[in-house]
Amino acid sequence: MIYVLIVFLPALAAVLVGLLGRRLGDRASQLLTCLAVTASALLSLVVFFDIALGSGEPQRVQLLTWILSEELRVQWALYVDTLTAVMLVVVNVVSALVHWYSIGYMDHDPHKPRFMAYLSLFTFAMLMLVTADNLVQMFFGWEGVGLASYLLIGFWYEKPSANAAAIKAFVVNRVGDFGFALGIFGIFFVFGAVDFASIFQTAPNVAGKTWTFLGMQLDILTTLTMLLFVGAMGKSAQLFLHTWLPDAMEGPTPVSALIHAATMVTAGVFMVCRLSPVFEYAPDTLAVVTIIGASTAFFAATVGLVQNDIKRIVAYSTCSQLGYMFMAVGLSAYSAAMFHLFTHAFFKALLFLGSGAVIHALHDEQDIRRMGGLWSIMPLTGIMMWAGTLSLAGIPFFSGYYSKDLIVEVAFAGHGLVAQYAFWMALIGVFLTAFYSSRLMWMTFHGPARAEKSVMAHAHEPPLVMGIPLMILTLGAIAVGFFTHDYFTGHEMQEFWRESLLVLGDHDPIEAAHHAPLWFKFVPLGLAGAGIALSWYMYIRNPALPRRIAETNWPLYQFLLNKWYFDELYDLVFVRPARWLGRTLWKGGDGRIIDGFGPDGLAAMVGNLARRAGQAQTGYLYHYAFAMLIGIALIVTWFLVAG
Amino acid sequence: MIDWPILSVVTFLPLVGAFFILIVRGEEATVARNTRYIALWTTVITFAVSILLWTHFEIATPEFQFVEKRAWLSDTITYHVGLDGISLLFVILSTFLMPFCILASWDSVQVRVKEYMIAFLVMETTMVGVFSSLDLVLFYLFFEAGLIPMFLIIGVWGGLNRIYATFKFFLYTLLGSVLMLLAVLAMYFEAGTADIPTLLTYGFDPTLQTWLWIAFFASFAVKIPMWPFHTWLPDAHVEAPTAGSVILAAVLLKMGGYGFIRFSIPMFPEASVMFTPLVYTLSVIAVIYASLVALVQEDMKKLVAYSSVAHMGFVTIGLFTMTPQGIEGGLMQMLSHGLVSGALFLCVGVVYDRLHTREIARYGGLVNTMPKYAFAFMVFTMANVGLPGTSGFVGEFMVLVGVFQVNQWVAAFTTLGVILSAAYALWLYRRVMFGPLEKADLMGMLDLNRREMALLAPLVILIILFGVYPQPLLEVMHASVDNLISQHTASLEAASRVAATAVGH
Repeated sequence: MIYVLIVFLPALAAVLVGLLGRRLGDRASQLLTCLAVTASALLSLVVFFDIALGSGEPQRVQLLTWILSEELRVQWALYVDTLTAVMLVVVNVVSALVHWYSIGYMDHDPHKPRFMAYLSLFTFAMLMLVTADNLVQMFFGWEGVGLASYLLIGFWYEKPSANAAAIKAFVVNRVGDFGFALGIFGIFFVFGAVDFASIFQTAPNVAGKTWTFLGMQLDILTTLTMLLFVGAMGKSAQLFLHTWLPDAMEGPTPVSALIHAATMVTAGVFMVCRLSPVFEYAPDTLAVVTIIGASTAFFAATVGLVQNDIKRIVAYSTCSQLGYMFMAVGLSAYSAAMFHLFTHAFFKALLFLGSGAVIHALHDEQDIRRMGGLWSIMPLTGIMMWAGTLSLAGIPFFSGYYSKDLIVEVAFAGHGLVAQYAFWMALIGVFLTAFYSSRLMWMTFHGPARAEKSVMAHAHEPPLVMGIPLMILTLGAIAVGFFTHDYFTGHEMQEFWRESLLVLGDHDPIEAAHHAPLWFKFVPLGLAGAGIALSWYMYIRNPALPRRIAETNWPLYQFLLNKWYFDELYDLVFVRPARWLGRTLWKGGDGRIIDGFGPDGLAAMVGNLARRAGQAQTGYLYHYAFAMLIGIALIVTWFLVAG
Repeated sequence: MIDWPILSVVTFLPLVGAFFILIVRGEEATVARNTRYIALWTTVITFAVSILLWTHFEIATPEFQFVEKRAWLSDTITYHVGLDGISLLFVILSTFLMPFCILASWDSVQVRVKEYMIAFLVMETTMVGVFSSLDLVLFYLFFEAGLIPMFLIIGVWGGLNRIYATFKFFLYTLLGSVLMLLAVLAMYFEAGTADIPTLLTYGFDPTLQTWLWIAFFASFAVKIPMWPFHTWLPDAHVEAPTAGSVILAAVLLKMGGYGFIRFSIPMFPEASVMFTPLVYTLSVIAVIYASLVALVQEDMKKLVAYSSVAHMGFVTIGLFTMTPQGIEGGLMQMLSHGLVSGALFLCVGVVYDRLHTREIARYGGLVNTMPKYAFAFMVFTMANVGLPGTSGFVGEFMVLVGVFQVNQWVAAFTTLGVILSAAYALWLYRRVMFGPLEKADLMGMLDLNRREMALLAPLVILIILFGVYPQPLLEVMHASVDNLISQHTASLEAASRVAATAVGH
C-alpha cells in the first residue's frame, strides 16, 4: 500500500490539478501538488529506512496486466529494492523541495496550476521508471519523463527558442529510445521475457554466445547492452546525444533543477545499474560505457569553461558529472555511480535553485557577464551556492568529495587502457570542474557589480518558500556524503545493496579503489584547489586576462564557445537532409513519379474524362456502379452456366 | 446466447434509419434538424446493439459466432455472416465511430443534409457488412458498395478540388476492384463455393495462389494504402468533409488490413510467404517515406494523412510476421489508429469550422484561447507518436516485437519511423498550438463547445484506457489469431511434404 501511495499520490495530484486547476485556483493547486509530493517524499524515507538501511526484503506489488500475447507478458508492477529505494528518496525529496520552491519562483506566472501539474506528472513518470520490474514499464516511465520534460521545457510556449528546445529534447531522446526499443525487442527475442527476474536468471547462460544481428556475427549480450546503452546515452545526455540538454535550459529554472540535473538525466545511470546483472556479462559494452562517460566528462567540462549563461554552465557541469557516473558504471563500480548520483542530486539541485534565486533577484538576467557583486546583497544565497560549488569541486568532507574522489580512485586502480583513459579524463575533469564552477561564483557574487543600478537596487534574498528548500539542499550538499558513504561504498556496502547490484566476483573495483595509496588522495584535491585558485586569479585578481587568452587562442575559444560545433554538424547531416528528402519525395516521388505515371497520366490518356467529370460527379458513380453490375452479372451468369 | 439475428440487425438498422430520413417531409430547417436527430439516434442505437455482440462474444473459441446463413443467390452463394475474434472489434469500431461522424457534421453540413445523412447510414451498413460477411460474393458486394457513399461524400460535400480527389480515389480503387473481382470468380470456379469458412481450409494450388494473392493484393494495398498506391489518400482526405475523413481513416483503411488477414494470409499461405519480402519492403518504405513527407506538409489534413500511411505500414508488417505478437499488434494498431486518426481529423475539423482553412501557417498560439482543445490535441498527438500509456504504443510495440523475431532489418528500419513520427507530430503541434497569439482572427476563437467536448472526451479516455489496459481488446483476438497461425503452419507443412514427395519421385 505504501508503495502504491508513493507512486500514485503525485499522479492523482497531477490529474486533479491538470484538469481542474482553473477551478481550484492557484493556491489550492500549489498546495495540493506540494502536499502530495511531500507525502510521497516522507513515505519514501520510511521505505528507505526499512529496505535500504534496515533489513526489509525487496517488495513486488502487482498492479495490473498490461500486454499479454503468448509469451509476451508485461505487467504493471512496483518493485522496490535498495536501488529503487535510493532513487525514491532522490526523486521524491528533490521533487518535493522543487515543488515548494516553485511556489515562490513562479509567483508572477499566470499558469501556475499547469506548471504544478506538469511537475507532479513528471514525478509520477519518474517513479514508474524507478519502480519498474520489467523493461517495458521502465520504457513507459522513460518516455513519460520525456513527455513531461518536453512540456516543461516548452512551458513558456510563446518563446520560439523554448519550443525549439522542447522538440529537440524529445526528438534527440527518441534517437536514444530507438536503441532502447531495439534492445527490448532483442531481449525478448533472446530471453523470451521482458521482466528483470527472468532476464537476470538467464543472463549467465547466454553470456559468451553469439548471434547474427543485422548480418553481423556478434556477442549476444554485448549487442543487447549496447542497444540499451544508446537509450541511456540519450536520456543522460552523453556525448553525441547530449545536444538537447543545454538547450533544455529554456525551461523554468525549477525544472532544470529537478529534471535536468537531479532526476531524469540520471535515469540512464539508473538503468545500467538496474541491469548490472546483464551488463556485467558484456565487458566490451562496459568498456564503451567507460569511454563515452570519460569523454563526456572531459568534453562537457571544456565547454563549461567559456559559457556565459549561468544555467548553461551548470547544465554542462551536469553533463560532465553524468559522464563521471558512467565512467564508474563502465568500471563496474555501480555503487560508486549510484553514490555520485545521490550526492550530485543534492548539490546540483542546490546550484540550479540557487542560480534560480539569482535570476529571480536580477529580473531574469542569466548572463554572468552582467552580474557580479551580489555577495553584499544576497550573502545567504552566496554561502549556500558556495557550499554546492565546493561539493561539486570535490573539496574534502563536502558530499561530492566522497563520491567523486572514489570514482577517480576507481579509475586509478583499474587496469588496462580504457581505465587509464578514464583516469586521465577524470583528473583533467576535476581541475576543469573546479575552475568553471568557481568562475561562475566569482563572476556572480564577487568583484564589481556589472548589472544596471536599477536592477541591483531591487535585488534581494529569495523569500522563505524558496529559501528553505535551498537550506535543506545545502545541508544535503554538505553532509549527506559524510553520513552515507559507509553504506553506499564503505563497510556496510554488502548489507546495503544486497542483491540489487551485481559485480562479478573477480573484479571488485571499490575494494581496489580503497587500496589506492594515501598520497593519491591528495592529487584530486590539489587539482581542485588549483582550479579554484586559478579562476580566482583570472576573474578577480586580473579580470583582463581571460579576454587576452581568448584573443590569442581565438579558434580554440570559438570552438569551445560553440560547443564543438555539434549542433551545426547535426543540422547539416540530419536535419536539413531530412527536410530536403521529405520535400523531394513529396513533390518528386508522389507528385511527378507516382501521380505522373499513375492516375494523372491515365487521366491525360483518357482525355476529356476529367472535364466531363466537372459537370456531373455522378458520371463516375454511374461508371463505377456499371462496372460492379457487370461483375455481379458475370458471377450470376457463371453460376447459371456452371450450375 | 442471443436467439435473434443480432448481426443482421446491426448491419441493417442504419438502413432503417435511412428509410425514416427519406420520408421526412416539411420545412427545410425542420427537415434538417429531424434528419440529424434520426441519424444520431440510429447510430447510437446501432452502437448499443453492437455492444451486445462484444459482451456475448465467447473469447475461448476461434469459431465464427452469431452466425446466420440464408439462401441467397444459390446454394453456394449465400447470405452467410458471422464474427470471430478478428472481425468483431472492427464491427464495434465502425458502429462506435458513426455517432461521432454524425455529431461532427451537426453544424458544418448545411446543404443536402438529408442526402448526407443517408449516405453515412448506408456507409455504416456496408462497413458492418464487410467485416461480418462469411461469403465471398457478399463480401465483395459490401466492399464495393461502400465506396459509393464515400464518393458522394467527397464529391458532393467536399472541398474545392473535390472532383480531382474523387476521380483519383475512383481510379485507384477501380483498378484494385477489377482484379479482385477476377480473383473472386476464379476462386468460385476452382472451389465451387463462395463460402469463406470453407475457402479458409480449401488449400489452393500454389501457382493459382500466386495469382489470386496478387489480385487481392491489388485491392487491399490500394485500400490500406501501401506505398506506392497511397497518393489518393492525402487528396481524398484534404477534400473530404471532416466526418468523411474520420470514417475514411478510421474504418475504410482498415478494410485493407482486414482483407489481408481474412483472405490473403489464410487462403493463400504459400503465396503469402513468398510475397512477404515484398510486403516488408513496401511497408518499410511507407513508414520512412511517408514520415519524411509528413515532416514538410503545410496542410494539416495532408500531414495526418501521410502519418496514416506510415502507421498502416506498421500494420502490414505486423500481419505478415506470422507471429502472435505481430498479428495481434497489427490488429491492435488498426483499432488504435481508428481512434487516434479519427480523433486527429476531428481536431482538424474543430479549427477548420472556425477559420475555414487547413493551412498550418495560418494558425499559431491557439493554446492561449483554446486550452481544452490543446489538451485533447496533445493526447492525440502523443498517441500518434506512440507514447507508452496510449493505445498507439501497444500496437506499435507488439508489431515490432513480432517482426524482430523474423527479420531484424525490418525491425530496425521500422523503429526509425518512431523517431520521425515524433518529429512531424510535435512540429505540427508546435506550429498550430504554441507560439505567440498574433493573428487577429485567431484571438476570438472559442474553446471547445459542449458538442465538441462530447466528441473528443470519450476518445481521450479510450485512448488512454486501452493504452494502459488493452486486455479487453487483446483477449478477444487470442483464440482466432492462434488458430490462424496454427492453420498457417499446418498448411505450409503439408505443402512442403507434398513438395518433398514430389522431389522424392
